[in-house]
Amino acid sequence: MTGLALLIPLALCAGLIGLAAFLWSVRAGQYDDLDGAALRILDDEEDEAP
Amino acid sequence: MATAAPVLAPGAPAALGAFTASAGPGRTRLDLHVPAIRCAGCIGKVERAAAAVPGVTRARVNFSTRRLAVEWADGTLAPDAVPAAVIAAVEAAGFEARPFAPQDAAATAADPESRRLLKAMAVAGFAMMNIMLLSVSVWSGAEAATRDLFHAISALIAIPTIAYAGMPFFRSAAGALRRGRTNMDVPISIGVVLATGMSLFETLTSGPHAWFDGVVMLLFFLLVGRYLDSMMRDRARAGVAQLMKSLPRGAMVVGPDGASEWRAIDEVAPGMRVLVAAGERLPADGVVEAGRSAIDRALVTGESRPEPAAPGTAVVAGTLNLDGPLTVRVTGVGEASFIGEVVRMMEAAEQGRARHVRIADRASRLYAPVVHLLALVTAAGWLLAGAGWHFALTTAIVVLIITCPCALGLAVPAMQVRAATLLARRGLLLKDGSALERLAEVDTVVFDKTGTLTLGRPEPVGALPLAGDEAAEALALARASRHPLARALARALAGTAPAVLFDVRDVPGLGLEAEGPGGPVRLGRPDWVDPALAVTAGPDELVLAFRSGGGPARLLRFADPLRPGAAEAVARLEAMGLAVQILSGDRAEAVDAVADRLGVAVRAAAQSPADKLAAIGALAAEGRRVLMVGDGLNDAPALAAGHASMAPSGASDVGQTAADLLFLSDGLDAVPEAIAIARAAGRGVAQNFALAIGYNLLAVPIAIAGLATPLIAALAMSSSSLIVVGNALRLRPARAAGPVRAVRA
Repeated sequence: MTGLALLIPLALCAGLIGLAAFLWSVRAGQYDDLDGAALRILDDEEDEAP
Repeated sequence: MATAAPVLAPGAPAALGAFTASAGPGRTRLDLHVPAIRCAGCIGKVERAAAAVPGVTRARVNFSTRRLAVEWADGTLAPDAVPAAVIAAVEAAGFEARPFAPQDAAATAADPESRRLLKAMAVAGFAMMNIMLLSVSVWSGAEAATRDLFHAISALIAIPTIAYAGMPFFRSAAGALRRGRTNMDVPISIGVVLATGMSLFETLTSGPHAWFDGVVMLLFFLLVGRYLDSMMRDRARAGVAQLMKSLPRGAMVVGPDGASEWRAIDEVAPGMRVLVAAGERLPADGVVEAGRSAIDRALVTGESRPEPAAPGTAVVAGTLNLDGPLTVRVTGVGEASFIGEVVRMMEAAEQGRARHVRIADRASRLYAPVVHLLALVTAAGWLLAGAGWHFALTTAIVVLIITCPCALGLAVPAMQVRAATLLARRGLLLKDGSALERLAEVDTVVFDKTGTLTLGRPEPVGALPLAGDEAAEALALARASRHPLARALARALAGTAPAVLFDVRDVPGLGLEAEGPGGPVRLGRPDWVDPALAVTAGPDELVLAFRSGGGPARLLRFADPLRPGAAEAVARLEAMGLAVQILSGDRAEAVDAVADRLGVAVRAAAQSPADKLAAIGALAAEGRRVLMVGDGLNDAPALAAGHASMAPSGASDVGQTAADLLFLSDGLDAVPEAIAIARAAGRGVAQNFALAIGYNLLAVPIAIAGLATPLIAALAMSSSSLIVVGNALRLRPARAAGPVRAVRA
């Protein structure tokens, strides 16, 4: 039982971190231009800081 | 084809400030529509061009929406200087850039609905996995205090999740109930709320089964379906241009003192005089007061031949002034103009189409009463059979969860997203899923001629009868004009080096003249170049004449060629059992020539927008389901009225807005291909429904018998959803049409 007390919060924490990272990426607009992201990699010229 | 006309008259910058928005303290942002971004290289080129403008701190292209967002710090430059410089820089890089009017920008902004659904889906996914982790221990035999603890933790995770991720369903169900209707979300919401309440009760009373895992999993799968649906709509909306965007946003207004001044289109009123340079689109309806020119009305009326314009000629907004500057007295602007009238007709026609009920909604009308009845009967049956209140209610609620339309919610969107992907790979943009359903039901195809069956741009007929230096001289003259025939000639002679001619003059309405080595060189109307020249041309052909000095006059014939694959497309449509008709605004001779070549018997020429609308209405009244394929402004009401509609990507903006599907390729084979894919998707949806119903037939008896456990529900739900998605991925069009040309959507 002591194992559970440690592992369950740990599992939840790991899940929450993943969720927070995902929500951040949505808010930062990373899902707004999926087609563009696929094409940008093909642009050979050096990009200045976007 | 729309000619890329400069949107902003010279001297326009004064009004550009209206299009900018604040992007935080001290920063200004401007969104530009750059429709020509089609490739990876374009993104870099446009961004670098915009970023090189002094003052610009950020330039970012969104490829999906074809827009460029530019930001700069305030105060470094005059507020209007930056936008003008950015537009100039992007246009210098070879891309047309247009500002969005603020109302357009709002209409095309990424739909916050999609983002909300994505977040809800993420939250539901997180909760589902964590609750499942706990549930697996319960299923594998956790007992007593451990089980109660796990149920309690599940409840702590599930209840906020259901409150948040269930919101789209609760809101939609409440909206439907308020209007006295039901939809798919009503049974979903009832099931979710009841199951949550029941599980909470079980948790508090140390019951053996809590259904939090099933409820959250249900929400997760349903949200996946919703998100797919919403994403498809966003993608399509981005591919479609905004209404009336190619209308100039302003005009050069000539004041009473003779000075001209650039005014935004809102400030242009009937009675004003505006100056329209050669190569610009007319900003408003009006009457020509001064100047001679030719007007290209192809996009507005479907006429393939440019019309001469002289003082007294009535002209229509959106048409292209080809040859010389015109002074036009405005008679109608915006709503009151010809375009405004067409848009009104189109909006009226669209309301008829809203009657189409989507398959999912039709299914839910049957589904909700059946499921609720089943749950009631289950509860009543168990009570009559002597089971306790608690058992009867629990079993009834389990019936509601088990029948909840997990697979049903995915059956349609999964298939439609797959079909939209297949369509996009063939260069077809789909606006929404309902269009796909309507397209599958079509039995008659009506084509417009100019720009739809044909390419909408003239090309020389046969070899050009130009000998020796004549080709070089003709090219030099042709390059000096914006007339569509001159441009076609210049395109056809592209490999030649132009001759050096002096004193090239544009004689409005007649042609071009220059001094050549052997005397005057002329390119233009045959009767002006050489009155003695015999003009022999087919009924759908347009002619130019060319003469160099004392040499013989040459007759150059042009025709608007059929789109590649037009004949094959018509043949394939007929082989698919569809009736084909032509409905054109052009002259009868031109229409007949095209119709005969394609073997289309039913045709009508010289149709006004209202005539076309009436013709579509008559076909619909006969009980036919019409696919309208057209491009022009004059087709827009008919496009909106058709059961389904398609437009080429070169269509007028209003046409693009009215159409359900856009095809990006030149070839007309896109039309039968789209119908084939839509039909295949329709069959797939039917299969998916059959699978979902089959799953219910298996699972419901188990639930009614009171034998279902959370484990069985979880297995049944996830497996049926996976099967439905797997079936959608199987979708192929009925006939694999040769090598697939990859066209980026």
